[in-house]
Amino acid sequence: MGAETSARRRREWPTHLALILSVLIISAPLLFALIKATQVSSRVLSPSLLPGGAFFQNLASIWEGANLGRYMLNSLIVAVSVTVGKTILALLAALAFVYFRFPFKGAAFTLVLLSLMLPTEVLIIALFDFVSRDLKWANTYAAIIVPFLASATGTFLFRQHFMNIPVSLADAARIDGCGPLTYLTRILVPMSWNTIGALAVIQFVYGWDQYIWPLVIMQQDDKQVVQVGLRKLIEVGGQTDWGAVMAGAIITALPPLLVFTLLQEQFSRGFALSEDK
Amino acid sequence: MLKPTPAPAAEVEERAVFGGRALPWLFLLPSLAILAVFIYLPALQTLRLAAYRANVILGTERFVGLANFAELLSSPTYLQVVAQTLVFTVLTVSLGLLCSLALAWLASRPVRGAKTYRLLLIYPYALSPAIAGTLWLFLFNPEIGVVNQLLGAAFQIKPRWLDTPLLAFGLVTLAAIWKGLAYNIVFYLASIQNLPGDVMEAAQIDGATPAQVFWRVAFPLLTPITFFLVFTNIIAALFDSFALTDILTRGGPYTGNAGATTFLVYQLYQDGFVNFKTGAAAAQAALMLVLVAFITFMQFRVGERRVHYGG
Repeated sequence: MGAETSARRRREWPTHLALILSVLIISAPLLFALIKATQVSSRVLSPSLLPGGAFFQNLASIWEGANLGRYMLNSLIVAVSVTVGKTILALLAALAFVYFRFPFKGAAFTLVLLSLMLPTEVLIIALFDFVSRDLKWANTYAAIIVPFLASATGTFLFRQHFMNIPVSLADAARIDGCGPLTYLTRILVPMSWNTIGALAVIQFVYGWDQYIWPLVIMQQDDKQVVQVGLRKLIEVGGQTDWGAVMAGAIITALPPLLVFTLLQEQFSRGFALSEDK
Repeated sequence: MLKPTPAPAAEVEERAVFGGRALPWLFLLPSLAILAVFIYLPALQTLRLAAYRANVILGTERFVGLANFAELLSSPTYLQVVAQTLVFTVLTVSLGLLCSLALAWLASRPVRGAKTYRLLLIYPYALSPAIAGTLWLFLFNPEIGVVNQLLGAAFQIKPRWLDTPLLAFGLVTLAAIWKGLAYNIVFYLASIQNLPGDVMEAAQIDGATPAQVFWRVAFPLLTPITFFLVFTNIIAALFDSFALTDILTRGGPYTGNAGATTFLVYQLYQDGFVNFKTGAAAAQAALMLVLVAFITFMQFRVGERRVHYGG
């Protein structure tokens, strides 16, 4: 037994070595940022890779000084609203597609499907025109939340998931006098946490990562999102305070990392599920 | 951009559990209204604007027919941007998928701590393109970046990464590949874990080497997910590269008629929101709409023939 374990260990070590190297190479940019974010300004510019104790000092200098706190709050409002809104709208749409028969269902489904072919980046000229001139939404949160509330991805994943749930369950619920909304909230949602979790990760990351649209629609600095804020941190003349910028980048990365870590099981399982044959 | 492939539209299954005529439409209304107002209306408006010489800031418009398209397709600047985008996309997609598959295969080995390794390989999914740009900008800073400090110490060279067209192009490509790894690894890992273990074991018992098991058994079984990832990666290369290049290089450095890292979306943004050539930008958007439509169409064609999703 003992000999067998050590033989196995010897066979495993090249894999371990390769994995550790891969992880190190992939994490190198972030590790470097982590180290530099903790160093005092004078040391940031040196080749030194020893961690220092100035992280909070660096963070403080951009949290207030360069408005990072405000940007973070704006991004949080946007990402949470987009995530919650998309989830609710997608659940409702999937409910309609799976449990009802109605005219033009195919057409409605195609309409949702085709929206995948139209990324915001391509629509940005006309979208800017419409949102700023017709709706007068420039510099409002609505401009960076409302246009993104419909989710084709969410609708499809929920639809797929609902279709794997035995239809007899819905029949039984209906016979017991349960309406579609009650069925959704009492039975479907509790059975869909993996899918909801997987989608929440995607949607939160998507909402948090918004860049080109806020860049053009938000001219007012106090409504700007943190991704565009990062651009401004680097822009401060030729005198970039790199320690502070790295501290900012790390803090900016934290909320989606947190959501990802908390929902990691659901994320992996939700997708393994959706790729099932 | 993370968009799993949905099942084809033709598969809408008939299943009428609940009654009511207005009810399903009521549930669909919020989604359909938002799609109509913020996706379909702007799409149509883009096609209309493409036929005008317009300035969105001044609010001026003059009908010019297909002149915007004619100008774009005969413009050396635009053609250079198209060529650059093509090379960038082919490189990031091919190299990115190759690296991801290798890493996912490695991470799916049944060693102790495999779960931890997997988590450490996929967490960069949560880093945004803008953060990626910021990190790489510092990493490759000619004076104080760690890469040049190492190169300087070892070989006495300090390349001007962001001022040299070819180097800047390579750097953005590398950064884009790095940014995309985690996403691809997630999907490859899920697929590798779903591979039929008995088939691979049988091949091993029959005397196949590990390389043979990979190339002859596993790789063909992974084609569906590879096809799916090729398409999502093309879309990511076209669109997610915007934040990355905007922070890392601002589309520069200048070479020939355009910046060496100015890709389609960056040019669209430049013309639309920096030069205020709204009509020209709309024409570019219209061309990109056709491109994305083509890519999506191909994805469904390939998908229907060779891939099984959902059910």
